[in-house]
Amino acid sequence: MIEEKDWRIVCALADGIPITYRPYAALAKKAGMGEAEFLSRLEELKKQGVLRRVGAVLQHRQAGFSANALCAWIVPKERLDEVGTAISREEAVSHCYSRAPIPKWPYNFYVMLHARDRKTCEEIADRIARDCDLGERKTFYSVREWKKESMKYSGAEK
Amino acid sequence: MLSALDKKILNAVQEEFPLDPRPFAVIAERLHTDEETILTRLETLKKDGFLRRIGAYFDSDALGYQGTLVALRVVPEKLPEVAEKINRFSGVTHNYEREGEYNLWFTLQTVSSDQTREILNELHAFPGIEDMIELPSAKKYKVRVQFRL
Repeated sequence: MIEEKDWRIVCALADGIPITYRPYAALAKKAGMGEAEFLSRLEELKKQGVLRRVGAVLQHRQAGFSANALCAWIVPKERLDEVGTAISREEAVSHCYSRAPIPKWPYNFYVMLHARDRKTCEEIADRIARDCDLGERKTFYSVREWKKESMKYSGAEK
Repeated sequence: MLSALDKKILNAVQEEFPLDPRPFAVIAERLHTDEETILTRLETLKKDGFLRRIGAYFDSDALGYQGTLVALRVVPEKLPEVAEKINRFSGVTHNYEREGEYNLWFTLQTVSSDQTREILNELHAFPGIEDMIELPSAKKYKVRVQFRL
Protein backbone atom coordinates (compact mmCIF):
# COMPACT_ATOMS: atom_id res chain seq x y z
CA MET A 1 0.00 0.00 0.00
CA ILE A 2 1.18 3.52 -0.76
CA GLU A 3 2.19 6.31 1.63
CA GLU A 4 -0.04 9.13 2.77
CA LYS A 5 1.87 11.64 0.63
CA ASP A 6 1.28 9.50 -2.45
CA TRP A 7 -2.42 9.29 -1.65
CA ARG A 8 -2.50 13.07 -1.79
CA ILE A 9 -1.04 12.85 -5.29
CA VAL A 10 -3.61 10.25 -6.36
CA CYS A 11 -6.43 12.45 -5.02
CA ALA A 12 -5.06 15.63 -6.59
CA LEU A 13 -5.17 13.85 -9.95
CA ALA A 14 -8.81 12.77 -9.61
CA ASP A 15 -10.03 15.34 -12.10
CA GLY A 16 -7.23 14.78 -14.56
CA ILE A 17 -4.37 16.92 -15.80
CA PRO A 18 -5.35 20.45 -16.82
CA ILE A 19 -4.45 21.77 -20.26
CA THR A 20 -2.22 24.61 -19.06
CA TYR A 21 1.45 25.61 -19.29
CA ARG A 22 2.40 24.21 -15.89
CA PRO A 23 -0.27 21.60 -15.07
CA TYR A 24 1.79 19.73 -12.49
CA ALA A 25 2.55 22.91 -10.52
CA ALA A 26 -1.18 23.42 -9.94
CA LEU A 27 -1.74 19.75 -9.04
CA ALA A 28 1.26 19.75 -6.70
CA LYS A 29 -0.17 22.74 -4.89
CA LYS A 30 -3.43 20.84 -4.44
CA ALA A 31 -1.46 17.94 -3.00
CA GLY A 32 0.44 20.27 -0.68
CA MET A 33 3.94 19.83 -2.09
CA GLY A 34 6.29 21.34 -4.62
CA GLU A 35 6.20 20.59 -8.33
CA ALA A 36 9.57 18.84 -8.28
CA GLU A 37 8.56 16.49 -5.48
CA PHE A 38 5.19 15.83 -7.12
CA LEU A 39 6.88 14.83 -10.37
CA SER A 40 9.58 12.71 -8.77
CA ARG A 41 7.02 10.86 -6.68
CA LEU A 42 4.90 10.24 -9.79
CA GLU A 43 8.02 8.87 -11.53
CA GLU A 44 8.56 6.56 -8.57
CA LEU A 45 4.93 5.38 -8.56
CA LYS A 46 5.29 4.64 -12.23
CA LYS A 47 8.45 2.63 -11.67
CA GLN A 48 6.59 0.61 -9.02
CA GLY A 49 3.72 -0.03 -11.41
CA VAL A 50 1.23 1.78 -9.16
CA LEU A 51 0.85 4.39 -11.88
CA ARG A 52 -0.05 2.52 -15.06
CA ARG A 53 -0.09 5.34 -17.53
CA VAL A 54 -0.33 9.06 -18.00
CA GLY A 55 -2.07 10.17 -21.16
CA ALA A 56 -5.20 11.16 -22.98
CA VAL A 57 -8.44 9.26 -23.29
CA LEU A 58 -10.54 10.04 -26.35
CA GLN A 59 -14.27 10.04 -26.82
CA HIS A 60 -13.90 7.01 -29.06
CA ARG A 61 -17.29 7.26 -30.76
CA GLN A 62 -16.69 10.87 -31.68
CA ALA A 63 -13.24 9.90 -32.95
CA GLY A 64 -14.84 7.41 -35.38
CA PHE A 65 -14.78 4.15 -33.42
CA SER A 66 -18.47 3.36 -33.44
CA ALA A 67 -18.40 -0.44 -33.15
CA ASN A 68 -17.50 -1.36 -29.60
CA ALA A 69 -18.06 -4.94 -28.54
CA LEU A 70 -17.60 -6.86 -25.36
CA CYS A 71 -16.73 -10.40 -26.46
CA ALA A 72 -16.83 -13.39 -24.16
CA TRP A 73 -15.40 -16.86 -24.68
CA ILE A 74 -14.93 -20.02 -22.70
CA VAL A 75 -11.22 -20.68 -22.49
CA PRO A 76 -9.83 -23.76 -20.73
CA LYS A 77 -8.08 -22.72 -17.51
CA GLU A 78 -4.70 -24.00 -18.60
CA ARG A 79 -4.83 -21.92 -21.79
CA LEU A 80 -5.87 -18.58 -20.19
CA ASP A 81 -2.37 -17.08 -19.90
CA GLU A 82 -1.35 -18.06 -23.41
CA VAL A 83 -4.55 -16.72 -24.97
CA GLY A 84 -4.58 -13.60 -22.77
CA THR A 85 -1.02 -12.73 -23.72
CA ALA A 86 -1.64 -13.26 -27.43
CA ILE A 87 -4.86 -11.25 -27.54
CA SER A 88 -3.36 -8.39 -25.53
CA ARG A 89 -1.02 -7.71 -28.43
CA GLU A 90 -3.97 -6.79 -30.66
CA GLU A 91 -4.30 -3.06 -31.22
CA ALA A 92 -8.12 -3.25 -31.42
CA VAL A 93 -8.26 -4.72 -27.92
CA SER A 94 -8.49 -2.23 -25.03
CA HIS A 95 -9.38 -4.52 -22.13
CA CYS A 96 -8.70 -8.21 -21.65
CA TYR A 97 -9.56 -10.05 -18.43
CA SER A 98 -10.17 -13.54 -17.24
CA ARG A 99 -13.09 -13.76 -14.85
CA ALA A 100 -14.51 -16.34 -12.51
CA PRO A 101 -17.31 -18.19 -14.35
CA ILE A 102 -20.57 -19.17 -12.70
CA PRO A 103 -22.62 -22.31 -13.44
CA LYS A 104 -25.33 -20.61 -15.50
CA TRP A 105 -22.77 -18.44 -17.32
CA PRO A 106 -19.58 -20.37 -18.06
CA TYR A 107 -17.84 -17.60 -20.02
CA ASN A 108 -14.53 -16.83 -18.33
CA PHE A 109 -12.62 -14.70 -20.84
CA TYR A 110 -13.57 -11.12 -21.75
CA VAL A 111 -12.26 -8.78 -24.40
CA MET A 112 -13.28 -5.25 -25.38
CA LEU A 113 -12.88 -4.68 -29.10
CA HIS A 114 -13.11 -1.35 -30.91
CA ALA A 115 -13.49 -0.75 -34.65
CA ARG A 116 -14.87 1.83 -37.02
CA ASP A 117 -17.81 -0.39 -38.03
CA ARG A 118 -19.41 -3.70 -37.06
CA LYS A 119 -18.20 -5.55 -40.11
CA THR A 120 -14.59 -4.76 -39.23
CA CYS A 121 -15.23 -5.60 -35.60
CA GLU A 122 -16.66 -9.01 -36.54
CA GLU A 123 -13.71 -9.71 -38.82
CA ILE A 124 -11.25 -8.90 -36.04
CA ALA A 125 -13.15 -11.04 -33.53
CA ASP A 126 -13.31 -13.95 -35.98
CA ARG A 127 -9.63 -13.72 -36.80
CA ILE A 128 -8.63 -13.53 -33.13
CA ALA A 129 -10.79 -16.56 -32.36
CA ARG A 130 -9.25 -18.47 -35.26
CA ASP A 131 -5.68 -17.50 -34.32
CA CYS A 132 -6.22 -18.56 -30.71
CA ASP A 133 -8.41 -21.55 -31.51
CA LEU A 134 -11.33 -20.30 -29.43
CA GLY A 135 -14.85 -21.67 -29.51
CA GLU A 136 -18.24 -20.03 -29.56
CA ARG A 137 -18.29 -16.29 -28.95
CA LYS A 138 -20.85 -14.14 -27.14
CA THR A 139 -20.82 -10.59 -28.46
CA PHE A 140 -22.40 -7.58 -26.80
CA TYR A 141 -22.23 -4.39 -28.85
CA SER A 142 -22.62 -1.19 -26.90
CA VAL A 143 -25.65 0.86 -27.90
CA ARG A 144 -25.52 3.57 -25.28
CA GLU A 145 -23.00 4.90 -22.83
CA TRP A 146 -24.62 5.64 -19.48
CA LYS A 147 -21.42 6.30 -17.64
CA LYS A 148 -17.74 6.34 -18.44
CA GLU A 149 -15.41 8.06 -16.09
CA SER A 150 -12.14 7.55 -14.37
CA MET A 151 -12.16 6.08 -10.93
CA LYS A 152 -12.00 8.83 -8.33
CA TYR A 153 -9.87 7.34 -5.61
CA SER A 154 -10.57 9.20 -2.45
CA GLY A 155 -8.40 7.20 -0.10
CA ALA A 156 -11.16 7.85 2.43
CA GLU A 157 -12.31 4.22 2.34
CA LYS A 158 -8.97 3.09 3.74
CA MET B 1 -13.50 16.98 -39.02
CA LEU B 2 -10.05 16.40 -37.60
CA SER B 3 -7.12 18.05 -39.33
CA ALA B 4 -3.85 16.19 -39.91
CA LEU B 5 -2.31 18.16 -37.03
CA ASP B 6 -5.22 17.34 -34.71
CA LYS B 7 -4.77 13.64 -35.43
CA LYS B 8 -1.05 13.88 -34.77
CA ILE B 9 -1.72 15.69 -31.48
CA LEU B 10 -4.36 13.17 -30.36
CA ASN B 11 -2.06 10.26 -31.23
CA ALA B 12 0.82 11.91 -29.36
CA VAL B 13 -1.09 12.66 -26.14
CA GLN B 14 -2.36 9.07 -26.07
CA GLU B 15 1.27 7.90 -25.92
CA GLU B 16 3.41 8.47 -22.85
CA PHE B 17 2.44 11.89 -21.58
CA PRO B 18 5.59 13.65 -20.31
CA LEU B 19 6.24 13.91 -16.56
CA ASP B 20 7.94 17.22 -17.14
CA PRO B 21 7.12 20.67 -15.73
CA ARG B 22 6.14 21.78 -19.25
CA PRO B 23 4.60 18.61 -20.76
CA PHE B 24 2.87 20.40 -23.63
CA ALA B 25 6.16 22.03 -24.64
CA VAL B 26 7.73 18.56 -24.81
CA ILE B 27 4.89 17.34 -27.04
CA ALA B 28 5.17 20.47 -29.18
CA GLU B 29 8.84 19.74 -29.73
CA ARG B 30 8.08 16.15 -30.74
CA LEU B 31 5.57 17.40 -33.30
CA HIS B 32 7.70 20.32 -34.50
CA THR B 33 5.23 22.96 -33.45
CA ASP B 34 4.91 25.30 -30.46
CA GLU B 35 3.40 24.91 -27.01
CA GLU B 36 0.74 27.56 -27.62
CA THR B 37 -0.61 25.66 -30.66
CA ILE B 38 -0.78 22.39 -28.72
CA LEU B 39 -2.66 24.00 -25.83
CA THR B 40 -5.11 25.79 -28.11
CA ARG B 41 -5.81 22.73 -30.26
CA LEU B 42 -6.28 20.46 -27.22
CA GLU B 43 -8.74 22.92 -25.64
CA THR B 44 -10.72 22.93 -28.87
CA LEU B 45 -10.59 19.14 -29.23
CA LYS B 46 -11.89 18.82 -25.70
CA LYS B 47 -14.67 21.31 -26.29
CA ASP B 48 -15.63 19.54 -29.52
CA GLY B 49 -15.86 16.23 -27.71
CA PHE B 50 -12.94 14.34 -29.24
CA LEU B 51 -10.78 14.45 -26.14
CA ARG B 52 -12.33 13.16 -22.96
CA ARG B 53 -9.47 14.02 -20.62
CA ILE B 54 -5.77 13.81 -20.00
CA GLY B 55 -5.20 11.88 -16.84
CA ALA B 56 -3.05 9.65 -14.70
CA TYR B 57 -4.28 6.07 -14.52
CA PHE B 58 -3.41 4.06 -11.47
CA ASP B 59 -3.42 0.33 -10.97
CA SER B 60 -6.53 -0.17 -8.88
CA ASP B 61 -5.18 -3.41 -7.37
CA ALA B 62 -2.09 -1.57 -6.15
CA LEU B 63 -4.30 1.01 -4.43
CA GLY B 64 -6.20 -1.74 -2.65
CA TYR B 65 -9.31 -1.87 -4.82
CA GLN B 66 -10.94 -4.89 -6.39
CA GLY B 67 -12.88 -4.84 -9.61
CA THR B 68 -15.87 -6.70 -10.86
CA LEU B 69 -18.06 -6.74 -13.96
CA VAL B 70 -21.80 -7.01 -13.52
CA ALA B 71 -24.28 -7.93 -16.24
CA LEU B 72 -27.99 -7.28 -15.91
CA ARG B 73 -31.08 -8.23 -17.82
CA VAL B 74 -33.37 -5.26 -17.39
CA VAL B 75 -36.91 -4.79 -18.66
CA PRO B 76 -36.46 -2.26 -21.50
CA GLU B 77 -38.87 0.32 -20.10
CA LYS B 78 -37.06 0.31 -16.76
CA LEU B 79 -33.58 0.55 -18.23
CA PRO B 80 -33.03 4.32 -17.89
CA GLU B 81 -34.03 4.25 -14.23
CA VAL B 82 -31.82 1.28 -13.45
CA ALA B 83 -28.90 2.82 -15.35
CA GLU B 84 -29.21 6.06 -13.40
CA LYS B 85 -29.46 4.18 -10.13
CA ILE B 86 -26.21 2.35 -10.97
CA ASN B 87 -24.47 5.58 -11.96
CA ARG B 88 -24.95 6.97 -8.50
CA PHE B 89 -22.51 4.47 -6.97
CA SER B 90 -19.09 6.13 -6.96
CA GLY B 91 -17.17 2.91 -7.69
CA VAL B 92 -18.98 2.50 -11.01
CA THR B 93 -16.66 3.66 -13.78
CA HIS B 94 -18.24 2.13 -16.91
CA ASN B 95 -21.94 1.55 -17.47
CA TYR B 96 -23.04 0.54 -20.95
CA GLU B 97 -26.29 -0.53 -22.50
CA ARG B 98 -25.55 -3.42 -24.87
CA GLU B 99 -27.39 -5.62 -27.31
CA GLY B 100 -27.87 -9.21 -26.22
CA GLU B 101 -29.28 -11.41 -23.49
CA TYR B 102 -27.78 -9.12 -20.86
CA ASN B 103 -28.53 -5.53 -21.81
CA LEU B 104 -26.77 -3.48 -19.15
CA TRP B 105 -23.13 -3.99 -18.12
CA PHE B 106 -21.19 -2.06 -15.54
CA THR B 107 -17.85 -2.22 -13.79
CA LEU B 108 -17.53 -1.67 -10.08
CA GLN B 109 -14.48 -0.98 -7.96
CA THR B 110 -14.63 -1.33 -4.21
CA VAL B 111 -12.24 -1.83 -1.30
CA SER B 112 -13.82 -5.08 -0.11
CA SER B 113 -16.07 -7.96 -1.13
CA ASP B 114 -18.46 -6.84 1.59
CA GLN B 115 -18.81 -3.43 0.00
CA THR B 116 -19.44 -5.06 -3.39
CA ARG B 117 -22.01 -7.37 -1.84
CA GLU B 118 -23.79 -4.47 -0.17
CA ILE B 119 -24.07 -2.49 -3.40
CA LEU B 120 -25.24 -5.49 -5.43
CA ASN B 121 -27.83 -6.43 -2.81
CA GLU B 122 -29.21 -2.92 -2.83
CA LEU B 123 -29.33 -2.99 -6.60
CA HIS B 124 -30.90 -6.42 -6.83
CA ALA B 125 -33.98 -5.19 -4.98
CA PHE B 126 -34.51 -2.46 -7.57
CA PRO B 127 -37.55 -3.03 -9.81
CA GLY B 128 -37.04 -4.03 -13.42
CA ILE B 129 -33.99 -6.26 -12.99
CA GLU B 130 -34.80 -9.79 -14.17
CA ASP B 131 -31.36 -11.28 -13.82
CA MET B 132 -27.96 -10.23 -12.55
CA ILE B 133 -24.62 -11.98 -12.83
CA GLU B 134 -21.40 -10.90 -11.21
CA LEU B 135 -18.06 -11.67 -12.84
CA PRO B 136 -15.15 -10.72 -10.57
CA SER B 137 -11.88 -10.23 -12.41
CA ALA B 138 -9.47 -13.11 -11.97
CA LYS B 139 -6.51 -11.80 -14.00
CA LYS B 140 -5.95 -8.61 -15.90
CA TYR B 141 -4.17 -9.19 -19.20
CA LYS B 142 -4.57 -5.80 -20.76
CA VAL B 143 -5.91 -2.35 -20.05
CA ARG B 144 -4.74 -0.01 -22.72
CA VAL B 145 -7.26 2.29 -24.27
CA GLN B 146 -5.63 3.83 -27.30
CA PHE B 147 -7.15 4.79 -30.63
CA ARG B 148 -4.78 5.46 -33.48
CA LEU B 149 -6.19 8.13 -35.76
